[in-house]
Order: sequence, then C-alpha cells, then structure tokens
Amino acid sequence: MAEMTYREAVRQAIDEEMERDERVFLMGEEVARYNGAYKVSMGLWEKYGDMRVVDTPITEAGFAGVGIGAAMAGLRPIVEFMTWNFAFLAMDQIVNNAATMRYMSGGQFTLPIVFRGPNGPAEYLAAQHSHNVAAFYTHVPGLKVVCPSTPYDAKGLLKSAIRDDNPVIVLEGEMMYNWKGDVPEEEYVVPIGQAAVRREGRDVTIVSFGRPMKIVMEAAEVLAGEGIEADVVDLRSLRPMDSETLVRSVMKTNRCVVVDESWPVCSVGSQVGQMVSNRCFDRLDAPVEVVSLEDVPMPYNHRLESAVVPSVEKIVRAVRGWKLGRERE
Amino acid sequence: MNDRGEFFRKLLEQMLLIRRFEEKSAQLYGLRKIGGFCHLYIGQEAVAVGAIAAIDLTKDYVLTAYRDHGHALAVGMEPEVLMAELLGKATGCSKGKGGSMHFFDAKRHFLGGNGIVGAHIPIATGVAVKIKYLNEEGCVLCFFGDGAIHQGVFHESLNMAKIWKLPVVYIVENNQYGMGTHFNRVSAVGNLASKGCAYKIPGEQVDGMDVVKVFEATRKAAALAKEKGLPSLLEMKTYRYLGHSMTDPAKYRTQEELEAQKKHDPILFLKAQMLKDGTMGEEEFKKMDEEIKSVVAKAVKFAEESPEPALEAMYEDLMV
Repeated sequence: MAEMTYREAVRQAIDEEMERDERVFLMGEEVARYNGAYKVSMGLWEKYGDMRVVDTPITEAGFAGVGIGAAMAGLRPIVEFMTWNFAFLAMDQIVNNAATMRYMSGGQFTLPIVFRGPNGPAEYLAAQHSHNVAAFYTHVPGLKVVCPSTPYDAKGLLKSAIRDDNPVIVLEGEMMYNWKGDVPEEEYVVPIGQAAVRREGRDVTIVSFGRPMKIVMEAAEVLAGEGIEADVVDLRSLRPMDSETLVRSVMKTNRCVVVDESWPVCSVGSQVGQMVSNRCFDRLDAPVEVVSLEDVPMPYNHRLESAVVPSVEKIVRAVRGWKLGRERE
Repeated sequence: MNDRGEFFRKLLEQMLLIRRFEEKSAQLYGLRKIGGFCHLYIGQEAVAVGAIAAIDLTKDYVLTAYRDHGHALAVGMEPEVLMAELLGKATGCSKGKGGSMHFFDAKRHFLGGNGIVGAHIPIATGVAVKIKYLNEEGCVLCFFGDGAIHQGVFHESLNMAKIWKLPVVYIVENNQYGMGTHFNRVSAVGNLASKGCAYKIPGEQVDGMDVVKVFEATRKAAALAKEKGLPSLLEMKTYRYLGHSMTDPAKYRTQEELEAQKKHDPILFLKAQMLKDGTMGEEEFKKMDEEIKSVVAKAVKFAEESPEPALEAMYEDLMV
C-alpha cells in the first residue's frame, strides 16, 4: 500500500489504462500542456504526446460528440470536463447520443467512453459552478454512473470505467482531489455496481456517496459517543446501484438516513429513499430521512453556502430525531 | 455498354430505388402502418447517391440526420430490413427500436440516422479522429440539412476538424427549407458553402440535382480529406418535393415553385442524359422501374410478414 492523493489515484488509473490499451486516449480542455485544470493529467502529455492527450477548444458539446464518434468507431476515449458544471452544454451528446446509440441501433454499436471530471459544490463558487449533477445522469438508462469517495475507489472505479464497453459517468470532486488514502501498489479494479460498508453498526444506516462520505463518518463518530452505532454504506456506484447491500443494512438497523449533496427534489437521495421505503417497509421503525442541499442555488457568501450543504450537525440531528422519537414511545 | 454507361445505370437505379421506396413509405404512413416522424427524401436522391458513390465503404464512413432513408439505401442496406424497421418489426435493421430516423448498419460503416438536428456532426468528426488516430486511409461523409448548419456543434466541429486536420467532408443538403422556414430567412449568408471560411475550410456550391456533379465534387473533397487531411464543406443545392415530414402539407411554398423545381428532377435529368447518350433506351428504363417496384413490393411483404419484437426485447441492447 502507498498513501496518495485522490488526484494521483485518478492520474494513475488513466496512465495505467493508457499503457495497457493503445486505443485509450484522454481529451478535454487544458488536459495536455497545462497538465489539467486540477492537475489530474500531470505528466501524461509528456509521456503520450499530442495524439493521445488532446487539448480541445472550449467546446463541451463538440468534444463530447467527438468522443462519442471515436468510441462508436472503436477507440476508447476518456473525456474530461473541467468541471461537470460545464457539461450541461454536452448533455445533448451524452443523453441523446451516448446513452441511446446502442439501443436505437438494435445493439450494433458499443460505446466504450468515459466522461469524467469534478462534481459538486466546492467553496466560494456561487450558483453556476457548484452543481451536483448526479441525479441528471443517474436518471438515464444507457449510462453507468460512479462516484468514488476515496483514492482507492477513484483509481479502481476509473479503471473499471475505462475498461467498460458502455458509457460511464465518473463524478470526482474538486474538494476531494487532495484527500489522501491507501492505494495498493499492485494492479486492482473496483467493479462498478458494488457498494461498500464503511462502518458497522446496529442502530441506523447512513447511506451516502462521494464527498459527503467524510462528514458521514465524522457524524457516525459523534453518534457513537452518544451510544448510537451507525452502519455506514458508501454507494460508490449510482447506476447500477447495489441496492442489496443497502437493503441488507437497513434490514439490520431498521432505520435509514440518506446523505446526498444535491437538491432534494427528484434526486439520487429521494430515489434511495423510495427504494428503501419500498423494500424495507415492514422493517422500518421510522421514515427514511434525506439530508440534502438546501433547495436553493448555491450562494457565494461562505456563511450562507456552509449552511446550504449537508453537515455533521445536520446528519446527527436527522439520526437523533428518531432516537428521541423512539424514547418518547 | 461502356463503364460510364454502367456507372450511370447504377446511379439511376439507386435513385429510382429511393424514389419508389419513399413513395411506398408515404403510402404506408397514410395507412398508419408507419408511425411517428417520417421524413422522406424524394427530390434529394442525387445527393446521397452521387456522394456515396464517390467513396469506399470498406474504409470510409457515412453519417446523416433524420432524413436517412436515402443514405441507408445508397450505402447498400437491403430495402427489406429498412421497410421492416419502418414498420417497427423485429427484423428491422435496428430491431424495431429505432424507426425511420434511426437506420444504422455497422458493417457498411453507416453510423445513422440521428433525430436531433446537427447532433451527429461532432460524432462524424469523432469518427474522423479514429481514422487519423489509427492511421487509416478512410474519410467520413457527414450529411446534414440547411437547418442544422446554424447549430453550435456544426461550428464547433468544423473548428476541430481544421485544427486537427481530420479527413471529413461536411455535406449540407440545402433543400431550401428547414422544416417550414426558407433558409434565406434564418441564415446571415445566402451561400451556405461560405460558412466554412471562419475555419479556413474550403466550400463549394454544387448542383445537387445533378448526380454526376455531386459525385465529382464529393470525389474531389474525399481525396483532399484522405490525402491531405483537409476537411471541406459542400453545399448541395437540392429540393424536397414533399413536406418536412409526413404531417406537413408544405403550405409555406407555392405550387408553382414546386412544379418549377420538379422540372430539374434528378432522376429525369440523368435519364434524359442517358437516352441522349444512347446508354439506355426508354424500354430499358421501364423495365428497370418495374424491377425496382417489385423489389420494394417484396420489401413491404417481408416487413408486413415479419414478427413484432418480443416484449422482452424492450430490455435488450441497452448495455453490453
């Protein structure tokens, strides 16, 4: 094991897969000579050259479509969006083309393409640069969506995504790129579609994905101090979703809090809530609670934005609410 | 018959096949055997046929928009599987899941068929990236309409094709109307071929009703693409005889305009040339037409007798 940053883990995944398969190439804004807006692709252009690490014009719809065409014709592109905020311009290409071509053609084409980049709120970036796009893409049949929360998963899931013959959306996080964690020296992949249990507990299931996993673990420690042991599930893949691992956990704990760093309406969180309510109805001691972003565009002011995102306190409060409720009975 | 005569005959045959196929499609649409959006190619046959005759589909690729029946036939797809697709049958080229706008044939390098105006232009550009990346010899023909040329992705694609020296020929089929709007009302310039100038991409206006001129212009552009990595933009001046789709009575134009355009019919034009050359007689033409009508009739029979997709097929072909 070596300790490394999430950024370095992503870079290693790209590097190793480019070395393994000549058809894998990286394209996006500033990925080559600038080494990536967030330095994820550091050194790759020097190693692989212009043909395989491609600086694109600022033209998200255009280069997403170019990636799709290259994939339909047999290459394996990794398309980097500087951030997912800018990929709204490419949504037509991703949703209308990448996700549908195989189906519309009766299975004649495969689309081995990865769309990746940082997702979700960072800090002081206001409304247009703080989007969490998980729900938009998880909604779409024909796509896979992963959201790694550790360097280990960032590398392992990205390697799986690059090897996958379907379009895969990889949601990284600007705030996560400096996170550190252990990554094995030897070759490994993390299969898409498997959740991870990060902490065992009997009293409540807290389920999340991506950046909020850190505050979820902190909240679990706070709760443990109060005698509430949380089972913590990291979804890792949003589509396909490992509902079995989650249901198994809730069957054990009989309660569930979902933490989702996006808006509450029609979100991955609300979908998880519906699924758990449906599958675990007879076993639930309390309604499923969702801790989400506040339902507003992200404000710039730090005091306000800090109040908009999920926090340890909000998670603890959501769990504690039921504890109090149970005591009142 | 000499080579030239045989070549003309092949072009004529293909155009006539498209014409008869589309007439039959209109009929079946009227009978509600074909549903949804159905955009017919009648009047524009020379464009797909002439351009595709100029390339080698073992190396080259074709992409187009939703008015795709003509291109599908021109790349050599069987009328049976196309008609079956129009009827939504399991034997259709896309197993009944695509319909009129989504004809595909991977082995003939025909990558659709796309229902979103202009959305395939970057895809075509990406196919050209693959050709260059693997150091292959091919090129890509990317067809789209005069409406699509105003989409952002058209301009984004031309820019990338130029900076990366991609082997792609962009072909705007200017049939005069983007749905019901004359192109002059929505284009800042009347010469659509000039729209490549911001990207230093050469443009040429071509008589899209003359299949031989289309062929020659495309052959030249394809050679530039393949040999020098120079993309080009060809504007094929053409005309669609029917409405934008089957539900459009085309009231935005006069009967006189339509009749005047029909005097430049691509099929009659080539036929007249061949009669004059002596490469074909009137009787021979009639015989060809009869044969093609029976090919289309057989396609309809095949489609009608084909089974509906099984319900389980709903979940198939989504992911690998």
